Amino acid sequence: MNETAPKPPPSGNLDRGDTRVRHDVGIRGAVRSFLDRVQSGDLGMLPVFVGLLIISTVFSALNPIFLAPNNLVNLLFDAAAVGLIALGIVCVLLLGEIDLSIGSMSGLSSALLGVLWVQKGLPIPLAIAGAIAAGALTGMTYGLLRNRFEMPSFVATLAGLLALLGMQLYILGPTGSVNLPFASPLVRFGQIYIMPMWLSYLMAIIPGVLMIVGGMRTMKRRADANLSSSGMSVVVLKAVVLTAALLFAVWYLGMGRGVPWMFAVFVLFVVIMDYALRRTKWGRSLFAVGGNAEAARRSGINVKRVRLSAFVVCSSFAALGGVFAASRLASASQQAGTGDVNLNAIAAAVIGGTSLFGGRGSAWSALLGVLVIQAISNGLTLLNLSSSLRYMITGGVLAIAVIVDSLARRSRASHGRA
Amino acid sequence: MVYDQAYARRAKGDLLLSLRGVSKQFGAVTALSDIELDVRAGEVVALVGDNGAGKSTLVKVLAGVHQPTAGTIEYLGQTVTLDTPGKALELGIATVFQDLALCENLDVVANLFLGHEVSPWRLDEVQMEVRAWTLLQELAARIPSVREPIASLSGGQRQTVAIARSLLLDPQIIMLDEPTAALGVAQTAEVLNLIERVRDRGHGVILISHNMEDVRAVADRIVVLRLGRNNGIFTNDNSHEELVAAITGASDNSVSRRAARKLDEPAHESIGDAR
Ligand SMILES: Nc1ncnc2c1ncn2[C@@H]1O[C@H](COP(=O)(O)OP(=O)(O)OP(=O)(O)O)[C@@H](O)[C@H]1O
Ligand SMILES: [Mg+2]
Repeated sequence: MNETAPKPPPSGNLDRGDTRVRHDVGIRGAVRSFLDRVQSGDLGMLPVFVGLLIISTVFSALNPIFLAPNNLVNLLFDAAAVGLIALGIVCVLLLGEIDLSIGSMSGLSSALLGVLWVQKGLPIPLAIAGAIAAGALTGMTYGLLRNRFEMPSFVATLAGLLALLGMQLYILGPTGSVNLPFASPLVRFGQIYIMPMWLSYLMAIIPGVLMIVGGMRTMKRRADANLSSSGMSVVVLKAVVLTAALLFAVWYLGMGRGVPWMFAVFVLFVVIMDYALRRTKWGRSLFAVGGNAEAARRSGINVKRVRLSAFVVCSSFAALGGVFAASRLASASQQAGTGDVNLNAIAAAVIGGTSLFGGRGSAWSALLGVLVIQAISNGLTLLNLSSSLRYMITGGVLAIAVIVDSLARRSRASHGRA
Repeated sequence: MVYDQAYARRAKGDLLLSLRGVSKQFGAVTALSDIELDVRAGEVVALVGDNGAGKSTLVKVLAGVHQPTAGTIEYLGQTVTLDTPGKALELGIATVFQDLALCENLDVVANLFLGHEVSPWRLDEVQMEVRAWTLLQELAARIPSVREPIASLSGGQRQTVAIARSLLLDPQIIMLDEPTAALGVAQTAEVLNLIERVRDRGHGVILISHNMEDVRAVADRIVVLRLGRNNGIFTNDNSHEELVAAITGASDNSVSRRAARKLDEPAHESIGDAR
């Protein structure tokens, strides 16, 4: 070619000028580009599905109760609290920072809830608001320490871990725990409330419908703007598979108690965060700062404000997770938020595909990762293994997740996918 | 905003930017000292000098990346403090940095619009993608897909993306720090064309390049920096030898005398326009 400016082919799309690019169209194209991505180290959700498959085969072989509907319902009840904490940590991990105090923060928040509500007699919404405000304040402190004093976040939050734990012990006082009244709506939310079956089925259908409607709208808009699209067949296939899977899950859980409201609320937060991360300027700036903070600054992004917001969101979700945990356990105790809560939440995000190195991740990683983590923990409990062994195994799983993350990152770097 | 009104009234030859006595110290290193520089609407100013002369530092001061240790910057007749890159962009000073400053994990569209996304609460990907293709085609870019992360692009493709990004906000002044260093023949020509187009639209351009041919092809004035100081202002009427002498510092006398004489003449900026 000897013209200076490549003109788009007369009838072609704006984005189809380059003949060197293979344009993957249709289902075969989607499969091919998926295989390409996996080969280059862009694993996405793949480790989660492999992990869940292995876990369920092993545990159900060891103890058939593992896959019983009601055990899975319990698993979902248990997953919501840690899942919310993991959802918050995704924001901080996206920046390449870390918050090691999320466990303590959730513990402090349970304690605050117990004291404000049960001991001081505040209405439940106010007590919850107080706990979340404490979270926001903590996050703001971390953000300021990071921005003002350039304090590495793992040091600041490690100090916070201890300080928050101290505060939790202090406000719980000598008795060390507050029991939440069983008849209260908050505890029933954490132990009993189940979505009606018709609503569960409706919720299982909505995502697929939205996918198809959204896909069609996007395709039309792209066609109007003279851009290509990869065709509806992939979208339809994805929507059908997703809807079938969700319907099956609802039906299966329905053989037991059904879908817990607590888990549904968690999923709602995941959807909101997914939108915020992918479709808003704020989310885009989180990815940018995590990828190259100096470049983000030079593009006019207020890097300090972005960091502050991420820490605030993270600690607030940790606090909300603490509220969920308290309502699940019907108590606020000195043990809340200690032990493996911290690492479980971080491991969940990493297993789900959020990178510890910043700039990569998604809200869904919290949901999928927490299912893996909770399945392991639930399975080990069913086997009556002591917590010593559980800790060791969870530690090992986190190590494996981080190794996969590092290897995938190296592979991506050599395949030019950052 | 004040600047918007001023922006509309700029005519060719009006003073856009003027630096007086700008200095920049990095600890013990004096990267810039006492720099004077004027940029007018519809004019291309080339900034040349050896490696480490302080060209990039000057550009970063104007981009709001570094704060000057001394001196004043006047923009559209008002003294301004460029304390953040966002401020400089908002005033209409766009920059292509030598190190490009792109986010490798984001795709081309996201990088182009970074910090200035269309509809912040509901990103309009289709509109952004269309605008991205339009901008890239203006630069004769050879980019296979705007939905691939920057990490998968070649050096020249990245440079094209960085240049396209600087044009996005229709800036008043555009600064290009070695924009053609990694570009192919056609793309270099296209960038030079673009610089001329931008100039003809009445914008000011600051171009840094080590390629004297390119510099002579488009520049109205050539400002030489040497060891962080002004070392003369030249035009295409000056010989190649004079320019090289000023850059390298050899045959010091004639060049510096000439430079000193030129600095004393207040009319020297208009030489380029008279050409
Ligand atoms: N962030 C910094 N910290 C300390 N010193 C710096 C910094 N940035 C630049 N310098 C110093 O300032 C001087 C000028 O550097 P600058 O990058 O402006 O040179 P340049 O003219 O752009 O060179 P080149 O042609 O190689 O790009 C150099 O001596 C460099 O070491
Ligand atoms: Mg330089």
